[in-house]
Amino acid sequence: MNTHVVPLKIYIAIFLALLVGTGVTVAAAYVDMGALNTVVALSIAVVKALLVILYFMHVRYSSRLTWVFVAAGFFWFLILVAFTFADYDTRGWS
Amino acid sequence: MSPSAAASKHDAASEHDSALLAHHFDDLGQQHEAAQLGMWAFLVSEVMFFGGLFLVYAVYRNMYPSAFHAASHELDVVLGGINTAVLICSSLTMALAIRAAQVGKQKSQVMHLVLTMVLGIAFLGIKAVEYSHKFEHHLVPGPTFDVAAFGADGPQARIFFSIYFAMTGLHAFHMIVGIGVMIWITKRAARGEFTPQQHNALEMTGLYWHFVDVVWIFLFPMLYLLGRHA
Repeated sequence: MNTHVVPLKIYIAIFLALLVGTGVTVAAAYVDMGALNTVVALSIAVVKALLVILYFMHVRYSSRLTWVFVAAGFFWFLILVAFTFADYDTRGWS
Repeated sequence: MSPSAAASKHDAASEHDSALLAHHFDDLGQQHEAAQLGMWAFLVSEVMFFGGLFLVYAVYRNMYPSAFHAASHELDVVLGGINTAVLICSSLTMALAIRAAQVGKQKSQVMHLVLTMVLGIAFLGIKAVEYSHKFEHHLVPGPTFDVAAFGADGPQARIFFSIYFAMTGLHAFHMIVGIGVMIWITKRAARGEFTPQQHNALEMTGLYWHFVDVVWIFLFPMLYLLGRHA
């Protein structure tokens, strides 16, 4: 078996980073930054999600084929969002 | 390698791992890789499943920003924040349960699985409290929804709450399924089925549980936090 045993220290560090990220995202939500509020909230969420996926879900230590599967899934979602908004944001009639 | 040598190597491997290795795999590494890839294929379909709902949220929020701000303000950021922390804790305990299996500590495996389930149930309990407040405040879409509370934004605020209940409800349903699977997995862990050599079922349950956590990591800021600074 080639499963990678992640050191306890890394799990604790990821756990603390996730808690701190939650605190920061709550605090940032109370500061009025205009359109940047959404950008900041989503950026923190993406970083937190990456930490969970790469470390808790072991993707960092998984095969390249697993990487391709994971990346393809999220990339598909970005295509969905990009093309939908390319439509909605350019409608002159609504 | 000659075919006979390959066959004898395979025989040796299957003798060694006979109870752990399904007959259609060459070795435990291949079996593990197949399980992992299969689970991710499922999780990617879940990304698409939840992705559609996230897209609906984004489109409507873009159309009715003021209504979404006002409606988001009605959510309880303290309970939502506590639940985020609870779910992160449960992700840690799940990761530690799998680590315990990897290093062959059976008691720690069972203990961390039980902790994960307790935290999952705590999340659902807090969610139930939040839902009951929404019923009391007439914020549940339907005939009792208080459209007037949002002024001219009433009908659009109702769309926010439809999306809120659809997304958090679906997320909560995933957690209930996860706890159900964990009851079965914990029984198997208690029987000592998960060894450092083979603990695929436990590991795949972990992948599912972490994925549910990832969904919440996006739901919390999008639903609860967007109306805070207004």
